Amino acid sequence: MTNLLQYIEWMWDVRAEGALTADRGRAHRLLLVPALFDEANKLRRFSVEVMRHLDSKGIDSLLPDLPGCNESMAALASQSSSAWRAAMTAVAAQWGATHMLAIRGGALVAPALPGWALAPVKGASVLRQMLRARVLAAREAGRDESSEALLAAGMTAGLELAGYTLSSTFIKEFHNLEVEISSAITIIEQSTLGGPGLWLRAEPGEDPAQTAALASRICEGLAA
Amino acid sequence: MIDQQLRQILTDVLGLKPGQADGFTAETGLFGHLPELDSMAVAGLLTEIEDRLDILIDEDELDGELLESYGNLLSFCEKKLD
Repeated sequence: MTNLLQYIEWMWDVRAEGALTADRGRAHRLLLVPALFDEANKLRRFSVEVMRHLDSKGIDSLLPDLPGCNESMAALASQSSSAWRAAMTAVAAQWGATHMLAIRGGALVAPALPGWALAPVKGASVLRQMLRARVLAAREAGRDESSEALLAAGMTAGLELAGYTLSSTFIKEFHNLEVEISSAITIIEQSTLGGPGLWLRAEPGEDPAQTAALASRICEGLAA
Repeated sequence: MIDQQLRQILTDVLGLKPGQADGFTAETGLFGHLPELDSMAVAGLLTEIEDRLDILIDEDELDGELLESYGNLLSFCEKKLD
Protein backbone atom coordinates (compact mmCIF):
# COMPACT_ATOMS: atom_id res chain seq x y z
CA MET A 1 0.00 0.00 0.00
CA THR A 2 1.51 3.34 -0.97
CA ASN A 3 1.39 6.30 1.33
CA LEU A 4 -0.96 8.86 -0.10
CA LEU A 5 -0.84 12.29 1.48
CA GLN A 6 -2.84 15.01 -0.22
CA TYR A 7 -3.66 18.65 0.29
CA ILE A 8 -7.35 19.42 0.52
CA GLU A 9 -9.31 22.57 1.26
CA TRP A 10 -11.93 23.22 3.90
CA MET A 11 -14.08 26.29 4.41
CA TRP A 12 -13.73 28.61 7.34
CA ASP A 13 -15.06 32.13 7.64
CA VAL A 14 -14.97 33.55 4.10
CA ARG A 15 -12.08 31.56 2.69
CA ALA A 16 -10.66 28.17 2.00
CA GLU A 17 -8.07 26.85 4.43
CA GLY A 18 -5.68 24.00 3.72
CA ALA A 19 -5.10 20.64 5.30
CA LEU A 20 -2.87 17.66 4.66
CA THR A 21 -4.75 14.39 4.64
CA ALA A 22 -4.36 10.65 4.33
CA ASP A 23 -7.93 9.65 3.49
CA ARG A 24 -9.07 6.29 2.15
CA GLY A 25 -12.61 6.56 3.51
CA ARG A 26 -12.00 4.26 6.46
CA ALA A 27 -13.97 4.04 9.70
CA HIS A 28 -11.44 5.70 12.01
CA ARG A 29 -10.79 9.32 11.08
CA LEU A 30 -8.30 11.21 13.25
CA LEU A 31 -8.01 15.00 13.28
CA LEU A 32 -4.54 16.23 14.30
CA VAL A 33 -4.69 19.63 15.99
CA PRO A 34 -1.23 21.07 15.33
CA ALA A 35 1.17 22.46 17.92
CA LEU A 36 1.31 26.26 18.11
CA PHE A 37 3.74 28.83 16.70
CA ASP A 38 7.39 27.82 16.66
CA GLU A 39 6.57 24.36 17.99
CA ALA A 40 4.32 23.78 14.97
CA ASN A 41 7.37 24.11 12.72
CA LYS A 42 9.51 21.85 14.86
CA LEU A 43 6.79 19.21 15.10
CA ARG A 44 5.47 19.37 11.52
CA ARG A 45 7.58 16.52 10.24
CA PHE A 46 6.84 14.51 13.36
CA SER A 47 3.09 15.10 12.84
CA VAL A 48 3.24 14.08 9.18
CA GLU A 49 5.25 10.96 10.00
CA VAL A 50 2.57 10.00 12.54
CA MET A 51 0.00 10.36 9.72
CA ARG A 52 2.02 8.01 7.49
CA HIS A 53 2.18 5.43 10.28
CA LEU A 54 -1.54 5.72 10.96
CA ASP A 55 -2.28 5.36 7.25
CA SER A 56 -0.33 2.11 7.10
CA LYS A 57 -2.30 0.90 10.13
CA GLY A 58 -5.66 1.61 8.51
CA ILE A 59 -6.50 4.96 10.09
CA ASP A 60 -7.35 8.11 8.10
CA SER A 61 -5.97 11.40 9.36
CA LEU A 62 -6.15 15.12 8.70
CA LEU A 63 -3.71 17.88 9.65
CA PRO A 64 -5.35 21.28 9.06
CA ASP A 65 -3.67 24.68 9.20
CA LEU A 66 -4.85 26.89 12.03
CA PRO A 67 -6.25 30.07 10.41
CA GLY A 68 -3.44 32.61 10.18
CA CYS A 69 -0.72 29.94 10.46
CA ASN A 70 1.32 27.83 8.04
CA GLU A 71 -0.16 28.24 4.50
CA SER A 72 -3.30 30.06 5.65
CA MET A 73 -4.12 33.34 3.92
CA ALA A 74 -6.07 34.63 6.94
CA ALA A 75 -4.48 37.36 9.07
CA LEU A 76 -2.95 36.01 12.27
CA ALA A 77 -3.67 39.36 13.95
CA SER A 78 -7.41 38.76 13.62
CA GLN A 79 -7.32 35.32 15.28
CA SER A 80 -8.14 34.31 18.83
CA SER A 81 -7.99 30.99 20.63
CA SER A 82 -11.79 30.75 20.65
CA ALA A 83 -11.80 31.34 16.87
CA TRP A 84 -9.19 28.61 16.46
CA ARG A 85 -11.27 26.20 18.51
CA ALA A 86 -14.33 27.05 16.39
CA ALA A 87 -12.28 26.50 13.22
CA MET A 88 -11.03 23.11 14.45
CA THR A 89 -14.61 22.17 15.35
CA ALA A 90 -15.72 23.19 11.84
CA VAL A 91 -13.01 21.23 10.04
CA ALA A 92 -13.71 18.18 12.22
CA ALA A 93 -17.36 18.30 11.14
CA GLN A 94 -16.62 18.98 7.45
CA TRP A 95 -14.15 16.13 7.21
CA GLY A 96 -16.13 13.79 9.48
CA ALA A 97 -13.46 13.25 12.13
CA THR A 98 -14.24 10.53 14.68
CA HIS A 99 -11.27 11.22 17.01
CA MET A 100 -8.58 13.81 17.54
CA LEU A 101 -4.94 14.00 18.53
CA ALA A 102 -3.96 17.41 19.92
CA ILE A 103 -0.26 18.14 19.93
CA ARG A 104 1.19 20.34 22.72
CA GLY A 105 -0.57 23.73 22.63
CA GLY A 106 -3.04 22.32 20.10
CA ALA A 107 -4.86 20.88 23.12
CA LEU A 108 -5.82 24.47 24.03
CA VAL A 109 -7.91 24.82 20.86
CA ALA A 110 -9.03 21.23 20.29
CA PRO A 111 -12.64 20.42 19.37
CA ALA A 112 -14.88 18.31 21.60
CA LEU A 113 -13.98 14.90 20.19
CA PRO A 114 -12.67 11.81 21.96
CA GLY A 115 -8.97 11.24 21.58
CA TRP A 116 -5.51 12.10 22.84
CA ALA A 117 -3.46 15.09 23.94
CA LEU A 118 0.30 14.78 23.50
CA ALA A 119 2.24 16.66 26.21
CA PRO A 120 -0.35 19.44 26.58
CA VAL A 121 0.87 22.85 27.68
CA LYS A 122 -0.75 25.94 29.24
CA GLY A 123 -1.28 29.13 27.26
CA ALA A 124 0.68 31.07 29.87
CA SER A 125 3.71 28.78 29.37
CA VAL A 126 3.64 29.23 25.59
CA LEU A 127 3.41 33.01 25.96
CA ARG A 128 6.11 33.12 28.62
CA GLN A 129 8.63 31.43 26.36
CA MET A 130 7.81 33.73 23.44
CA LEU A 131 8.07 36.78 25.69
CA ARG A 132 11.41 35.59 26.96
CA ALA A 133 12.71 35.06 23.43
CA ARG A 134 11.72 38.63 22.60
CA VAL A 135 13.41 40.00 25.74
CA LEU A 136 16.61 38.06 24.94
CA ALA A 137 16.64 39.28 21.33
CA ALA A 138 16.07 42.87 22.53
CA ARG A 139 18.98 42.62 24.97
CA GLU A 140 21.25 41.40 22.21
CA ALA A 141 20.23 44.47 20.23
CA GLY A 142 20.96 46.67 23.26
CA ARG A 143 17.32 47.37 24.19
CA ASP A 144 15.94 46.70 27.62
CA GLU A 145 12.51 45.10 27.64
CA SER A 146 10.72 43.08 30.31
CA SER A 147 8.19 40.30 29.90
CA GLU A 148 5.88 41.89 32.43
CA ALA A 149 5.73 45.25 30.65
CA LEU A 150 5.42 43.58 27.23
CA LEU A 151 2.54 41.41 28.41
CA ALA A 152 0.71 44.40 29.91
CA ALA A 153 1.18 46.37 26.67
CA GLY A 154 0.10 43.35 24.61
CA MET A 155 -3.15 43.05 26.52
CA THR A 156 -4.19 46.53 25.45
CA ALA A 157 -2.55 47.01 22.05
CA GLY A 158 -1.48 43.57 20.82
CA LEU A 159 2.12 42.43 20.44
CA GLU A 160 4.58 40.91 18.02
CA LEU A 161 6.29 37.91 19.57
CA ALA A 162 8.91 35.81 17.79
CA GLY A 163 7.58 37.08 14.47
CA TYR A 164 3.94 36.34 15.30
CA THR A 165 1.58 39.32 15.38
CA LEU A 166 -0.96 38.69 18.12
CA SER A 167 -3.99 40.85 18.88
CA SER A 168 -4.85 42.12 22.36
CA THR A 169 -7.89 39.79 22.27
CA PHE A 170 -5.63 36.84 21.53
CA ILE A 171 -3.21 37.65 24.32
CA LYS A 172 -5.94 38.27 26.90
CA GLU A 173 -7.67 34.97 26.09
CA PHE A 174 -4.55 32.93 25.63
CA HIS A 175 -2.79 34.09 28.79
CA ASN A 176 -5.40 32.37 30.98
CA LEU A 177 -6.03 29.40 28.75
CA GLU A 178 -5.63 25.93 30.24
CA VAL A 179 -6.30 22.56 28.70
CA GLU A 180 -9.70 21.14 29.57
CA ILE A 181 -9.32 17.40 29.76
CA SER A 182 -12.60 15.51 29.59
CA SER A 183 -12.90 11.82 30.34
CA ALA A 184 -12.88 11.20 26.58
CA ILE A 185 -9.30 12.50 26.31
CA THR A 186 -6.20 10.49 27.19
CA ILE A 187 -3.07 12.46 27.96
CA ILE A 188 0.08 11.00 26.44
CA GLU A 189 3.15 12.07 28.40
CA GLN A 190 6.23 12.68 26.32
CA SER A 191 8.31 10.44 28.61
CA THR A 192 6.25 7.43 27.46
CA LEU A 193 7.37 7.87 23.83
CA GLY A 194 10.95 6.90 24.59
CA GLY A 195 12.76 10.17 23.95
CA PRO A 196 12.81 13.92 24.56
CA GLY A 197 10.18 16.08 22.87
CA LEU A 198 11.22 17.21 19.42
CA TRP A 199 9.85 20.70 20.17
CA LEU A 200 12.83 21.14 22.51
CA ARG A 201 15.26 20.93 19.64
CA ALA A 202 16.94 24.14 18.60
CA GLU A 203 16.75 22.77 15.04
CA PRO A 204 13.82 20.66 13.81
CA GLY A 205 14.59 16.96 13.99
CA GLU A 206 12.87 13.61 13.74
CA ASP A 207 12.71 10.39 15.71
CA PRO A 208 11.17 7.38 13.96
CA ALA A 209 10.92 5.41 17.22
CA GLN A 210 8.80 8.14 18.87
CA THR A 211 6.57 8.44 15.82
CA ALA A 212 5.97 4.69 15.79
CA ALA A 213 5.30 4.64 19.55
CA LEU A 214 2.69 7.39 19.27
CA ALA A 215 0.94 5.77 16.30
CA SER A 216 0.84 2.45 18.19
CA ARG A 217 -0.72 4.08 21.24
CA ILE A 218 -3.47 5.53 19.06
CA CYS A 219 -4.09 2.23 17.29
CA GLU A 220 -4.33 0.39 20.60
CA GLY A 221 -6.72 3.03 21.89
CA LEU A 222 -8.96 2.75 18.85
CA ALA A 223 -8.98 -1.04 19.04
CA ALA A 224 -9.89 -1.06 22.75
CA MET B 1 23.85 15.43 39.67
CA ILE B 2 22.96 18.91 38.40
CA ASP B 3 25.87 18.57 36.01
CA GLN B 4 24.36 15.40 34.53
CA GLN B 5 20.87 16.92 34.31
CA LEU B 6 22.23 20.00 32.60
CA ARG B 7 24.18 17.92 30.08
CA GLN B 8 21.01 15.92 29.38
CA ILE B 9 18.98 19.10 28.80
CA LEU B 10 21.60 20.40 26.36
CA THR B 11 21.61 17.01 24.65
CA ASP B 12 17.83 17.21 24.19
CA VAL B 13 17.81 20.83 23.04
CA LEU B 14 20.76 20.55 20.69
CA GLY B 15 19.82 17.08 19.44
CA LEU B 16 23.23 15.71 20.43
CA LYS B 17 24.09 12.03 20.28
CA PRO B 18 24.11 10.23 23.64
CA GLY B 19 27.42 10.89 25.36
CA GLN B 20 28.38 13.83 23.18
CA ALA B 21 27.66 16.35 25.94
CA ASP B 22 30.05 14.46 28.24
CA GLY B 23 32.79 16.24 26.36
CA PHE B 24 31.59 19.68 27.47
CA THR B 25 34.06 21.42 29.78
CA ALA B 26 33.57 24.56 31.87
CA GLU B 27 35.07 26.50 28.96
CA THR B 28 32.78 25.09 26.25
CA GLY B 29 31.07 28.08 24.65
CA LEU B 30 27.26 28.15 24.35
CA PHE B 31 25.37 31.27 23.23
CA GLY B 32 27.30 32.85 20.38
CA HIS B 33 29.33 29.69 19.77
CA LEU B 34 26.56 27.32 18.76
CA PRO B 35 24.68 28.74 15.76
CA GLU B 36 21.50 26.79 16.57
CA LEU B 37 21.16 28.60 19.91
CA ASP B 38 19.20 31.67 18.78
CA SER B 39 17.00 33.67 21.14
CA MET B 40 13.99 31.36 20.68
CA ALA B 41 16.14 28.30 21.38
CA VAL B 42 17.71 29.95 24.42
CA ALA B 43 14.23 30.79 25.74
CA GLY B 44 13.30 27.13 25.29
CA LEU B 45 16.50 26.00 26.96
CA LEU B 46 15.90 28.21 30.01
CA THR B 47 12.29 27.04 30.33
CA GLU B 48 13.41 23.43 30.21
CA ILE B 49 16.09 24.07 32.85
CA GLU B 50 13.44 25.65 35.08
CA ASP B 51 11.09 22.70 34.63
CA ARG B 52 13.61 19.95 35.21
CA LEU B 53 15.63 21.55 38.01
CA ASP B 54 12.52 23.09 39.55
CA ILE B 55 14.02 26.57 39.73
CA LEU B 56 12.82 29.96 38.52
CA ILE B 57 15.17 32.12 36.50
CA ASP B 58 14.46 35.80 36.89
CA GLU B 59 14.74 38.02 33.84
CA ASP B 60 17.25 40.24 35.64
CA GLU B 61 19.54 37.23 35.89
CA LEU B 62 19.68 36.79 32.13
CA ASP B 63 22.88 38.51 31.20
CA GLY B 64 25.40 37.73 28.50
CA GLU B 65 27.68 35.88 30.90
CA LEU B 66 25.11 33.30 31.98
CA LEU B 67 25.18 31.45 28.67
CA GLU B 68 28.69 32.35 27.63
CA SER B 69 30.06 28.98 28.68
CA TYR B 70 28.91 25.67 30.05
CA GLY B 71 30.77 26.40 33.30
CA ASN B 72 28.89 29.66 33.84
CA LEU B 73 25.52 28.02 33.26
CA LEU B 74 26.38 25.15 35.61
CA SER B 75 27.58 27.36 38.46
CA PHE B 76 24.49 29.56 38.04
CA CYS B 77 22.19 26.53 38.40
CA GLU B 78 24.19 25.18 41.35
CA LYS B 79 23.89 28.51 43.16
CA LYS B 80 20.15 28.56 42.47
CA LEU B 81 19.73 25.17 44.09
CA ASP B 82 21.86 25.95 47.13
